[in-house]
Amino acid sequence: MSSAQNDYFQLFALPEQFNIDPKLLEANFRKIQSASHPDRFVSAEATEKLASMQLATLSNEAYSTLKNAARRAKYLLEKQGIDAVADTNTALPMDFLMQQMEWREQLEDAKAAKDIAAMDKLLSDLRSEAKALESELSELFDHKKDYAAATEVTRKLIFIDKVCADIQQAIEYLD
Amino acid sequence: MALLQISEPGMSAAPHQHKLAVGIDLGTTNSLVATVRSAMSTVLQDDHGHALLPSVVRYAPDGSVIVGHEAQAQQSADPTNTIVSVKRFMGRSINDITDRAHIPYKFASGSEDQAAKVLQIETRAGRKSPVEISAEILKSLKTRAEKSLGGELVGAVITVPAYFDDAQRQATKDAARLAGLNVLRLLNEPTAAAVAYGLDNAAEGNFVIYDLGGGTFDVSILHLSKGVFEVLATNGDSALGGDDFDHRIYCWVLDKVREVTANFAPLTEGDTRLLLTKARQAKEWLTENFEAQVLCRLSNGMLVDVTLSADQFVEITQHLVTKTMSPTRKAMRDANLTIEDITGVVMVGGATRMPHVRHAVEEYFKQEPLTNLDPDKVVALGAAIQANVLAGNKNDEDLLLLDVTPLSLGLETMGGLVEKVIHRNSTLPIARAQEFTTYKDGQTAMSIHVVQGERELVSDCRSLAQFVLRGIPPMAAGAARIRVTFTVDADGLLSVSAREQSTGVEARIEVKPSYGLTEDEITTMLKASFSSAEDDKKARMLAEARVSAGAIVSSVTAALAADGNLISEAEQNAIRTEVERLQTIAATDDATAINQAVDALNHATEAFAAARMNASVSHALSGKAINSLEM
Repeated sequence: MSSAQNDYFQLFALPEQFNIDPKLLEANFRKIQSASHPDRFVSAEATEKLASMQLATLSNEAYSTLKNAARRAKYLLEKQGIDAVADTNTALPMDFLMQQMEWREQLEDAKAAKDIAAMDKLLSDLRSEAKALESELSELFDHKKDYAAATEVTRKLIFIDKVCADIQQAIEYLD
Repeated sequence: MALLQISEPGMSAAPHQHKLAVGIDLGTTNSLVATVRSAMSTVLQDDHGHALLPSVVRYAPDGSVIVGHEAQAQQSADPTNTIVSVKRFMGRSINDITDRAHIPYKFASGSEDQAAKVLQIETRAGRKSPVEISAEILKSLKTRAEKSLGGELVGAVITVPAYFDDAQRQATKDAARLAGLNVLRLLNEPTAAAVAYGLDNAAEGNFVIYDLGGGTFDVSILHLSKGVFEVLATNGDSALGGDDFDHRIYCWVLDKVREVTANFAPLTEGDTRLLLTKARQAKEWLTENFEAQVLCRLSNGMLVDVTLSADQFVEITQHLVTKTMSPTRKAMRDANLTIEDITGVVMVGGATRMPHVRHAVEEYFKQEPLTNLDPDKVVALGAAIQANVLAGNKNDEDLLLLDVTPLSLGLETMGGLVEKVIHRNSTLPIARAQEFTTYKDGQTAMSIHVVQGERELVSDCRSLAQFVLRGIPPMAAGAARIRVTFTVDADGLLSVSAREQSTGVEARIEVKPSYGLTEDEITTMLKASFSSAEDDKKARMLAEARVSAGAIVSSVTAALAADGNLISEAEQNAIRTEVERLQTIAATDDATAINQAVDALNHATEAFAAARMNASVSHALSGKAINSLEM
């Protein structure tokens, strides 16, 4: 497989930036799957099957990476040689850490009270918080090219994603 | 990514010839086989005009194996040798079966270790595994199809509940192999239902497939657009179905009888089976009637005569209906959709005929569910459509199924915790790697324990496989870097490999869960079932080798003519040399040598195939036709 096709943005014929057109991403993902999915090669020769499996697998991975804002940001940073989740990269501002602890406490309280409504509320609060961070990222990546600042915001977004996943899991156990 | 496991090459058949392919719904209660004939998907009937084959297998005293209606008729008389609802035991261990008291079979009790692994049922024909019993059902459907279509099948699409885990999928595939069927693809039942509806109605939007079958409940949310069916989420309960409604009626009847009869004698196995049959008939009767009479005579001469009203039936089974709503809500949440986003709700499975089930679904989704296709047949009809596409009969690009992993896959880490590597609802095929490290100084081996499930503790998840990576160079704790790669193919089957990064030491496992059969067991069983002479086998092997040699030579030659410019002259020549070598060897009588030459040619064309794939994707993106992809 050529290296050009291992680049997720090039694979989907998208410009390498944070702000992407989700409709175009989805449409191009579908086109690639249509051309490469193993179902198209059920009776093909083994090498063709292998090539199909590899490309379908790559495009699934690329699609799920670019579709999610936090993963897309992390991937853009990787291309700049920055590992957003490296152990050395621990700095986060105190106010965000406080905020994060507050969210965790709210979640624990809601869990103890088996209060699904409170969890849904927290989830939607976090989602609007995430939206704000995403527009910050779009500015930092696509206009200012300030990767140091983008790293911090990306880390925040990853934290929020984790809390959201925990809330969803908590709701699931209660439901 | 050379670790990807590829299934055996497709059956070879002359191109442009209509290939006989079928869709099989291997159900808990009933099984069906369907095919596409003159562009119409139709269910194939047996000689008596029955479409449904009861999933019942009887091991008769004369040594014969009886499948279907005839076996079902003997259920009450011979319960321990007549196996019903075997699908519930597929890929399960004896410890998984919680309601053993209500099941009339004798489970083989091997050693403690053995019993935990493979569940087997004692019959007069010996110990039978669920895989062997299911294979009898599949054989019967295969025979019906070949008789009806007048030729040998190139393959089948077999449906499984979306919620089936790896062990259950593997067991289903093993059963098909044992029945001599080439599996084109395992397809999730709800997806099959959507295919049946989607193509017939040209639907677009988000669809919920509510499938309450005999033994399993599945709910899937699919996004349909321009011929692409994308599974957004699946959920369900692999131990909830129409049988549970029968069982509730059965318990209710016994309670009623006990109320009026002191010293009620214990039931024989035959009585249990008889009462369950009567319960099922009562349930079916209540779909269109206000009350049902349960009337039968037990083996001790006692007459059972009770009447169940529709209201009472709803009362004793409403909790089962309610139980289906929790997975439904979960699936909706996973798909990130609200009720308003749902375009339609498709009902699948005979149990969805029950009015209170339909009512509950209608109430939740605030719309009337779709029921215009027969809920018993819809899955088989969809599977047949997919089989027809996969067999290459339908040369169009407008049907593509993007399926997902139903459950998360992960590894055991320190403290019995699960580290998820592939999250549920990831689109297939998928490969994902994660790095792990050693716990102790000088640790030279690492045990890799693969589990499936959503919970955090290993003990709450299903154990799929365990293997050991040895030969790690002694290093300080935390210094080694072990990369573990999970790969799930388009059938949802998993393989796992582990590699120490600095030395390249490697270990891998095709996850053949402890519940499935080993390769040796399958081979032994296949040998036992095909009692063909050694010479026949050799002749057949040679013929097959020559056919596949011919197929690859013509496809590679055609590909070189069309796209040879994608690679260098030298690369083209290297491939041509292999082609010529294969042609020479194919003229000999040595099947092994021919197969080796086929492998060599396959190997020589790897880079070329990848280049063609990339070119075709570029074409797809630039909107050009991709016909050149078809070899």
